Amino acid sequence: MNEDLLAGSSVGTAPTPQTTLDRLESEAIHIFREVAGEFDRPVILFSGGKDSTLLVHLAIKAFWPAPVPFPLLHVDTGHNFDEVIEFRDKVVAQHGLRLEVAKVQDWIDDGRLRERPDGTRNPLQTVPLLDSITSHKYDAVFGGGRRDEERARAKERIFSLRNAFGQWEPRRQRPELWNLYNGRHRAGEHVRVFPLSNWTELDVWNYIEREGIELPSIYYSHQRDVYLRDGMWLTEGPWGGPRADETVLTKTIRYRTVGDGSCTGAVESEASDIREVIAEVAASRLTERGATRADDRLSEAAMEDRKREGYF
Amino acid sequence: MSDLLRLATAGSVDDGKSTLVGRLLYDTKSVLADTLDAVHRASADRGLATPDLSLLVDGLRSEREQGITIDVAYRYFATDKRSFVLADTPGHVQYTRNTVTGASTAQLAILLVDARKGVIEQTRRHAAVLALLGVPQLVLAVNKIDLVDFDETTFARISKAFTAHATALGYSPDAVVHIPVSALAGDNVVEHSENTPWYSGPTLLEHLESVPVEADPHDRVFRFPVQYVIRPRTPEYPDYRGYAGLVASGTVKVGDEIVVLPAGLRSTVEKIDTFDGPLAEAAAGQSVTLLLADDLDISRGDLIAEAGTPPQVTDEFDATLCWLSEKPLTPGARVLVKHGARTVQAIVTELRARFDEQRLASVDSPVSLGLNEIGRVAVRTAEPLPLDGYYSSRRTGAFLVIDAADGSTLAAGLVGAGLPVLDGVDSCTEGGNTAPLADDHALVSPGP
Repeated sequence: MNEDLLAGSSVGTAPTPQTTLDRLESEAIHIFREVAGEFDRPVILFSGGKDSTLLVHLAIKAFWPAPVPFPLLHVDTGHNFDEVIEFRDKVVAQHGLRLEVAKVQDWIDDGRLRERPDGTRNPLQTVPLLDSITSHKYDAVFGGGRRDEERARAKERIFSLRNAFGQWEPRRQRPELWNLYNGRHRAGEHVRVFPLSNWTELDVWNYIEREGIELPSIYYSHQRDVYLRDGMWLTEGPWGGPRADETVLTKTIRYRTVGDGSCTGAVESEASDIREVIAEVAASRLTERGATRADDRLSEAAMEDRKREGYF
Repeated sequence: MSDLLRLATAGSVDDGKSTLVGRLLYDTKSVLADTLDAVHRASADRGLATPDLSLLVDGLRSEREQGITIDVAYRYFATDKRSFVLADTPGHVQYTRNTVTGASTAQLAILLVDARKGVIEQTRRHAAVLALLGVPQLVLAVNKIDLVDFDETTFARISKAFTAHATALGYSPDAVVHIPVSALAGDNVVEHSENTPWYSGPTLLEHLESVPVEADPHDRVFRFPVQYVIRPRTPEYPDYRGYAGLVASGTVKVGDEIVVLPAGLRSTVEKIDTFDGPLAEAAAGQSVTLLLADDLDISRGDLIAEAGTPPQVTDEFDATLCWLSEKPLTPGARVLVKHGARTVQAIVTELRARFDEQRLASVDSPVSLGLNEIGRVAVRTAEPLPLDGYYSSRRTGAFLVIDAADGSTLAAGLVGAGLPVLDGVDSCTEGGNTAPLADDHALVSPGP
């Protein structure tokens, strides 16, 4: 019997061939439903960026025609792009979702956090995130992380166990077998869940096109006043810039990732619609993080260090 | 649109596996400029003249510092024909844990051997674990073929030895492909090599792009673990009651007769629903919502199955466990078993045999099962489970063993599967080995 099945000779009839995107979608929906079935207080991290917008889209599909059974959480650095915040609020209203916002500014105002000398607030997100997880007793936290983003993420689990301090301990990570996920955790611990683990950047864009998912306008090319710092085009904003020695130029740009304005760089691009973006991503010779995220460049192991601290 | 192939790699530490994976990523242009720059810099720092492609898949700093291996790393590459999810399993320490994890979802595995060494003991063990986990297709990549002067006879000898071993493990000859490669130089990885005119088969990538692998070739009977009950109770959908899940095996059509287990309730499928509209039919791998003709009491953890060929519902069964914890298993251990969407209390009542991986033989009645050991056990569960034999369904024949106290995953469980034991094999050297399967490798199916 074993020989017979290893030979794989007989194949069941499949009604329609499932494409890569079909399979990735089904896998993500399966993960959402597992979490809904096994956890008490899940939450979806939602920034209005493309990956978290995709998460929300998949969550809606997973539970339709019932509403999404979890709230959304945005850790707001205060350095966001206006277009993204408007988009965030529109998505929430459109789908009748619940949104919690943890503002980094509140933590700075009451002294729990201090502004960094370089003005960037991306690293400051970790404390408000962990405080929110603790105060709301969230036990599963969905993130849009993908394994293709960065080398430190290639070994990340789909269910990633975090201790009571939000830290990722290599030795406690569990082997993930078949599609059987083990979400058991002690009181005070939580699990980060990554339904997009197996998606690549190109899969994300192809799926956004297929599903007709709306994104913040800054993902598409537009004219913006920018200045060059560390090889990236940064935009003017409350995060400090440009300095006296930095020249502001008007460029046709778009964003490949959306994060804290102090460290999210634009790329020069003429890609003004989804088809052109896909063509650009397919031909791109830089990873999206390498191209546009200053905080990942701090050291070779930058992402790994932040993950251990409780960032994603 | 392309389809998706999930594959795993296995090999010993010096067989050049990292280089091969790096080569696949590099030659399919899946490595982007900034990543490549970092590899060039790191290679130069180490005084190397050419970039070391193995650095593309180098481990985490915490692993290097702690001297541990955090099992499987996932890599992604794509061609016009297929997208690939590659589970890259470290070959040295913890190889059972890593190989089992990578193999559990793989539709194909690439095994590497060094052409100078041929099929060694570890190759045989890796192949045995891949067979145990039911990976349907194998590729033997005979690497470093340049270091044996592209010698056809050497390649033929290694291929013959491996075919004999794979056949003894239950693989049919057409499920095993041998390819002479040099990962370092790129021969036959993506491009055909001029150095091996005697080889007329596909390159490694050509084979990966074209090998006919259905998603779950031996999943035939319909199985559907209920993950979640969808009850909107909204004005628009006041009485909607749908059972959400991923089709684990087989296909289901509207009108099919089904049985809900373990209760044994029968009904018919009234509707197969999705956000994008209802379907006439759904197949293994699809996430859907089933609506039934009758109003039954069904909840998460139940299994919906084809009425004609249901799995056996039992609270006592035999299984093979791949033990993944540093805490050893002893008979009488109280654990949790997660099967489909149901988690139940269980006792491992008996340790029947341990797999001796050195001799690919079976040792009866061991006192315990340690980290990375594989053994045959008897399990009793607090509630009955609807079980298939692992080789009739890699999804509903599989389960996790979980530590009730700290929640850690202790073992991978395969219902009914026997140990990958070979009779009369006492040598780890190359050579014609056509030993038949031991009796207990035959599936002990709880069957319908």
